[in-house]
Amino acid sequence: MTIIFIELAYLLAGVTFIIALKWLSSPRTARTGNLVGALGMAIAIVATLFHQGIARFEYIIPGMLLGSTIGAVAARKAAMTAMPQMVALFNGVGGGASMLVAWAEFWVLTPGRVALDVPISIMFTTLVGAATLSGSVMAFAKLQELVSGRPIIYRFQQAGNAAVFLAAAGLAVYLILQATVSGPVMAPFYVVLALSLALGVLFVLPVGGADMPVMIALLNAFSGLAAAGAGFVLHNHVLIVSGALVGSSGVLLTRIMCWAMNRSVANVLFGAFGATVQATGAAAGRTAQSIQADEAATLLAYARNVIIAPGYGLAVSRAQNEVRELMKALEARGVSVKFAIHPVAGRMPGHMNVLLAEADIPYDKLVDMEVINGEFPDADVALVLGANDVVNPAARSDRSSPLYGMPILDVDRAKHVIVIKRSLAPGFAGVDNDLFYMDKTRMFFADGREALVRILQELKTV
Amino acid sequence: MAELLFALNIFILATFVGFEVISKVPRLLHTPLMSGSNAISGIAIIGALLIAGAVGEPARSVLGFVAVTLAMINVVGGFVVTDRMLEMFKRKPGDDGTQPRR
Repeated sequence: MTIIFIELAYLLAGVTFIIALKWLSSPRTARTGNLVGALGMAIAIVATLFHQGIARFEYIIPGMLLGSTIGAVAARKAAMTAMPQMVALFNGVGGGASMLVAWAEFWVLTPGRVALDVPISIMFTTLVGAATLSGSVMAFAKLQELVSGRPIIYRFQQAGNAAVFLAAAGLAVYLILQATVSGPVMAPFYVVLALSLALGVLFVLPVGGADMPVMIALLNAFSGLAAAGAGFVLHNHVLIVSGALVGSSGVLLTRIMCWAMNRSVANVLFGAFGATVQATGAAAGRTAQSIQADEAATLLAYARNVIIAPGYGLAVSRAQNEVRELMKALEARGVSVKFAIHPVAGRMPGHMNVLLAEADIPYDKLVDMEVINGEFPDADVALVLGANDVVNPAARSDRSSPLYGMPILDVDRAKHVIVIKRSLAPGFAGVDNDLFYMDKTRMFFADGREALVRILQELKTV
Repeated sequence: MAELLFALNIFILATFVGFEVISKVPRLLHTPLMSGSNAISGIAIIGALLIAGAVGEPARSVLGFVAVTLAMINVVGGFVVTDRMLEMFKRKPGDDGTQPRR
């Protein structure tokens, strides 16, 4: 009888997850949607505790307490600027949990009695779960700058990765066939586990910082697939449904991110984009015009329309509050201020939105690329703040540029352009930016936050 | 094998539901959607509980304990951080949010 209630609870949980995702897709209902999802999860957990297979709690209760505490503290303490790393880590531990479930189930396989589908599912989950775990940790290390954010490449990289994958897959097939005959053989299993963990790291190494939005979305999809795999292992439908939902949302976001860069998923993953740096403009004999805080303040103060184009540099210099102050100061003078949001600005999908929302900037000020591009010709000043590749006009006009074809923010169509940047160094893609050398462009060489503080001071005297 | 096909059936249909439900997500919500769905992938907690609670080798229970811990980090951390983000999305007075923003 209990099992019927548990199954009904699982069904209910599955439904709440679908509703949660639906509501998460609309600003008005998003917060409630998230709570509905949390409620569904609570229902599924409580129902499981009544399962007849659960005979003791001495491993469950400490695990739940420890995990909840770590999760809650990490989620509360993390700075919004560190959100990409945080999401990567949460992805990783989810994949890790699925991997451990597969491992524990492999351990107790009984020879002869198992249908082939169980060991197949176990090996799949082990591979995907382990790769999600180690890949996410590697992504975390890159985002936290524990290792270089540039692509790490070496000779025969892709061939080497393919070899590791084939070795893991081949061994997995052997284990699947062996499991039905003689039960689990642990030693080769650990080799598969180690190879899968290695694969996750190797997979993320050649992906550079600016391509992280794609990588994070993809790891999200993987963590869903791993959970679904665990569902196949345990014949548990709520795991399959939830895993599939997460998988599809991850895949969808991955595709949106790739479209926004006009590149294929394969190009992002294997292209080692940004590994080489081309000659800079100075070398090509061009000079950029610089500007000081007082001139910048004057230009902004007497504008009617100002559009700010933020990028990852804004997150790095943690200047989101200064940006809000600038917006307020300009609005007090009757200047209209808007923010131009490029879909892949930052290090994760929607990064700029979260960052600016933290600074209390109303979300109707944040305008998506397609809409704002029509407004640049009417803008008196476009202020570029820590963005580079996403405002490079070469993407529109220069067929030889690696950026060619990527949709960009048309800041160069504004009447004046101010670029706040520490130097003329090329952006992540390693290409020089023509925008910096245009007649209408002025470069403000400074750290983002420092520059804004100085402009704000000067604004008071204008 | 019949069980596998049935499970595959559910998996594929649920994938389509997923695509259908979130295909119109505005950019504003990309991060919260991702971290919210990430929290849902913590559903592996169910499997972890079943292993940690089963009677058997202590080593296997330890695997279960670690799995429960990791899954709970994913679940609690994921939902809490998503709520924190969504709390920040402020609307202007008069905007009832019924217009989906893209």
